[in-house]
Amino acid sequence: MKQKTILDVKQLQTYFYLEADRVAKAVDDITFSIHPGETVALVGESGSGKSMAALSIMQLIRKPGRIKQGSIRLEGKELLQLTNRQMAQIRGKDIAMIFQEPMTALNPVYTIGNQIGEILRKHQGLNRQQAKQEAINLLQTVGIPRATEIIHEHPHQLSGGMRQRVMIAMAIACKPKLLIADEPTTALDVTIQAQILDLLMQLKEQFHMSLLLITHDLGVVSEYADRVIVMYGGQMVEEAAVKELLQNPKHPYTDGLLASLPNMEEHAERLGTIRGTVPPAYAYPAGCRFSTRCPAVMDICHVKAPSLKQLTPEHQVRCHLYANGGDLS
Amino acid sequence: MPKNINKAYKSPFQLAKERFLKNKLAIASIFFLLFIIGAAIFAPFLTDHDPKKGDLLLIEHAPSEEHILGTDGSGRDNFSRLLYGARISLTVGFSAMIFTLIIGVVTGAIAGYYGGIIDNLLMRLTDLVLALPFLVLALTIIALLEKVTIGIFVTIIAITSWPTLTRIVRGSFLSLREQEFVLGARAIGATDRRIIFKHVIPNAIGPIIVNATLMMATMIIAESALSFIGMGIPQPNPTWGNMLSEAQNIRILRNHPEAWIPPGLGILLTVLAINFIGDGLRDAFDPKSNP
Repeated sequence: MKQKTILDVKQLQTYFYLEADRVAKAVDDITFSIHPGETVALVGESGSGKSMAALSIMQLIRKPGRIKQGSIRLEGKELLQLTNRQMAQIRGKDIAMIFQEPMTALNPVYTIGNQIGEILRKHQGLNRQQAKQEAINLLQTVGIPRATEIIHEHPHQLSGGMRQRVMIAMAIACKPKLLIADEPTTALDVTIQAQILDLLMQLKEQFHMSLLLITHDLGVVSEYADRVIVMYGGQMVEEAAVKELLQNPKHPYTDGLLASLPNMEEHAERLGTIRGTVPPAYAYPAGCRFSTRCPAVMDICHVKAPSLKQLTPEHQVRCHLYANGGDLS
Repeated sequence: MPKNINKAYKSPFQLAKERFLKNKLAIASIFFLLFIIGAAIFAPFLTDHDPKKGDLLLIEHAPSEEHILGTDGSGRDNFSRLLYGARISLTVGFSAMIFTLIIGVVTGAIAGYYGGIIDNLLMRLTDLVLALPFLVLALTIIALLEKVTIGIFVTIIAITSWPTLTRIVRGSFLSLREQEFVLGARAIGATDRRIIFKHVIPNAIGPIIVNATLMMATMIIAESALSFIGMGIPQPNPTWGNMLSEAQNIRILRNHPEAWIPPGLGILLTVLAINFIGDGLRDAFDPKSNP
């Protein structure tokens, strides 16, 4: 099943060196790839390392954080060996990113047209006039009415949904191969969420992009993703095709996440929860990182860290329950 | 979507401009300052006398038709010295402000944006410069130099007063660099230099402009003070401070108020006007400061 890939991440580790003896392992040994046209969802609670994984791919990790080791290949080209200047050429052009907070992700002192124009002038060498025309086209592409007026307006004049559309317009300005969307709809209300996600999907088809969708909303995942990676404590705990994962979750953590979703068919008094909270990235428990919260915890879990096990060619899980590759349930 | 409402929206700068234009005191101050600048620029047309040329037969004369404000201790025309003095006072104030602005903004931006060791080094350097008493340092440098020109004078003021601005700019940068739009700018491939100058400084421009304005007032005072004690721009160049130093003589202080009141008022009103403008700008850029 050797397939062409857009992005190949191998054994990526991003550590934050907080103090001499405190190292936060925000991203700890993740390996995955994204195929052309594919939508991969990165799922996990707050603090599970999914945003850090995305920022690592963009190499936007700030001190005291550092990519300790690993390999990030974009169409076979190793990104970690590029200089800052070379990487700046890739950002926005080959890989683009949309952020969670459309309220603050636009510079308040510039007009919308100015900000979209900046990318076009930088990466595509357009002049002011061409950039303005292209900015209008892009705004129309992302479904903004009155595009010719909006380009003269400032971010504070737009609603959250509109700003996120502007962010998307900026992200697709150079037709990137990979679009990273870091919780693109978390700050928006529900009706706008669906519009934005539908727009992302439509643009993905239109421009033949791959999409790395970071979210904690499993509803979004089931609707839009092809493949899901569940992260916990900076590690991948489960990876599978979306249907497989939703119908046949293996890891107790994935199970817990799914149980915490409201279900239309069954009437429940209370939604399921996963007790406890994500441990801080500098103080993971010994053994399995989920052992402190796991409902199916065993003795070995407190001692030995489980490794990623391949159950089927398209389903892998990090849990001692499946130590022999078998299924206990 | 109601179009007319959207039309009413304005950019942050337009809003600030509107608030500024409502400040009557600041507007009056701008007109006064323009008047002083006009008088300084058109000095040759307003008086026929050479401000540097003395006439020993005309020492300390009372006001007459020929010499509206009389003459000074070397027989120079006070009125022409007042006009030409405004040139030097304003030039010194303005160029020292620009010079300080450049040093302060660049060091502050670098310290605030990069943080870490660079920040630490620059901040300790500002501590060091702040610890030096301005007057003593200025006096020492001036005493060591044979001839003080405007350029040297401006440099001395600038290299002793940049740390205040550095700290203000650094403070703004520390908070602004954490904003998501900076991350966004990096995500679209902007370089550090571009982020600093194109994305962060425009957001910090309010406090920078306000402080630069207020700083200009301080610098005019510094020039006057040093000239007053004879350590500023040397005679026979006319400056307001130089003219005031004439009043150190008790005879002139008592008998010739027309010789020292105009330059004194000139300093007072100019500095006051600049401060009012600075206050107006601060209120315009930061509406919270004016309840």
